[in-house]
Amino acid sequence: QVALLDIDICGPSIPKMMGLEGEQVHQSGSGWSPVYVEENLGVMSVGFLLSSPDDAVIWRGPKKNGLIKQFLRDVDWGEIDYLIVDTPPGTSDEHLSIVQYLSAAHIDGAVIITTPQEVSLQDVRKEINFCHKVKLPIIGVVENMSGFVCPKCKNESQIFPPTTGGAEKMCQNLNVPFLGKVPLDPQIGKSCDKGQSFLSEAPESPATSSYRNIIQRIQEYCDQHHFQEEKII
Amino acid sequence: ERSNLAGVRHILLVLSGKGGVGKSTISTELALSLRHSGKKVGILDVDLCGPSIPRMFRVQDNDVHQCDSGWVPVFVDQDKSISLMSIGFLLEKPDDAVVWRGPKKNALIKQFVADVAWGDLDFLIVDTPPGTSDEHISTVEALRPYKPLGAILVTTPQAVSVGDVRRELTFCKKTGLRVLGIVENMSGFVCPHCSECTNIFSKGGGEELAKHAGVPFLGSVPLDPQLSQSLEEGRDFIQEFPKSSAFPALTHIAQQILDGTLQQSS
Repeated sequence: QVALLDIDICGPSIPKMMGLEGEQVHQSGSGWSPVYVEENLGVMSVGFLLSSPDDAVIWRGPKKNGLIKQFLRDVDWGEIDYLIVDTPPGTSDEHLSIVQYLSAAHIDGAVIITTPQEVSLQDVRKEINFCHKVKLPIIGVVENMSGFVCPKCKNESQIFPPTTGGAEKMCQNLNVPFLGKVPLDPQIGKSCDKGQSFLSEAPESPATSSYRNIIQRIQEYCDQHHFQEEKII
Repeated sequence: ERSNLAGVRHILLVLSGKGGVGKSTISTELALSLRHSGKKVGILDVDLCGPSIPRMFRVQDNDVHQCDSGWVPVFVDQDKSISLMSIGFLLEKPDDAVVWRGPKKNALIKQFVADVAWGDLDFLIVDTPPGTSDEHISTVEALRPYKPLGAILVTTPQAVSVGDVRRELTFCKKTGLRVLGIVENMSGFVCPHCSECTNIFSKGGGEELAKHAGVPFLGSVPLDPQLSQSLEEGRDFIQEFPKSSAFPALTHIAQQILDGTLQQSS
């Protein structure tokens, strides 16, 4: 049972990627109802609260924090195995608030995404420092958009070159787990735009096996954690 | 007392609703192209959490000095035709995270707008983080008295990106910021081995959005590994790689901005 919470208030991409554009949130006695993609996958996003795709959420920090609090307090998620929180880029209000509001609930950790270039890594190092500062465990780093294999000649190009060794080297230097690389695949963007599951649409893609390996590692991390917690109890 | 922006002829903002689409890249290449047309350019980097501009000019290790009128911007070379201001120059260590809530960000942005001694510039380009929040509201408010020329909006071709940039267009409308046009970045990749073009991030979304919104379409910039490499090394792509695939589109964008300002004065 999975819940996906989109706290990118200004740029909520999750509804479109899940094929849920135009859906609205229903309220009941027990709170806000998540929008379900499938029985075991519920989603919440500010996107569901906007009436038009042109509506802009032009809010300063405190108002964004207020909505994030509501999302955590008023959404009736039910019993869930995994709550995944998608965040905007940065180390600001949304990030501080989500860590603060979830502190009582115990966050397993954070998965950090980067592309291979130094221009991306230099920001990700800051994000890693943010995690250390707020005592958020790091499950690991994913290197996205890692290489492109031409569908015609099958040669590989590094469109976003790892000039300083990419995420793998950074993880070694900072003693943080490296979860894996995901290559560029035009089908990923297409599936997201159509709101369909890339994993189902392109099961043979190298990107699919990359995703699956990474997801497995994340699950193993969470299982280990759970086991350790139970041991303590 | 003369304001620090009194000598700046044109101010333009580079915005996007979406992260990772190439705002800083477009800001950098626009500055380099304008410099090649003989203009003096400044870049104000108001992305406080993820300041990318210093490294794109290979000046990430530089310090900022104070003078009587405020902060002295960092010149990228002896030529002094491009100057920069970024929080990147104020950090003790490059990996230091700026973990600030809105009010603290707003205070620094106000200072950045008022207290940098730019001197005389033809163009001040303001590079922003993605979104429509504190940084954007504060920057537009602080710049309002200086009547910015307008904003360039950057998107990738996909619907997921365009979806956020539509909201950025609304931000511009609501804040009275003129939209100079839309740039579609990462628009196709030509394989260097066999010349096959693949639309990695889909196709056409930026142009369609411009049409739908009734704003100028400034052009499509293809994915160009030489451009990425250039930015990594802080090199002048416009000077060094005139035959590279992204060159025509980038210089065309700069030309349209220049043509626009000529029209304005006449």
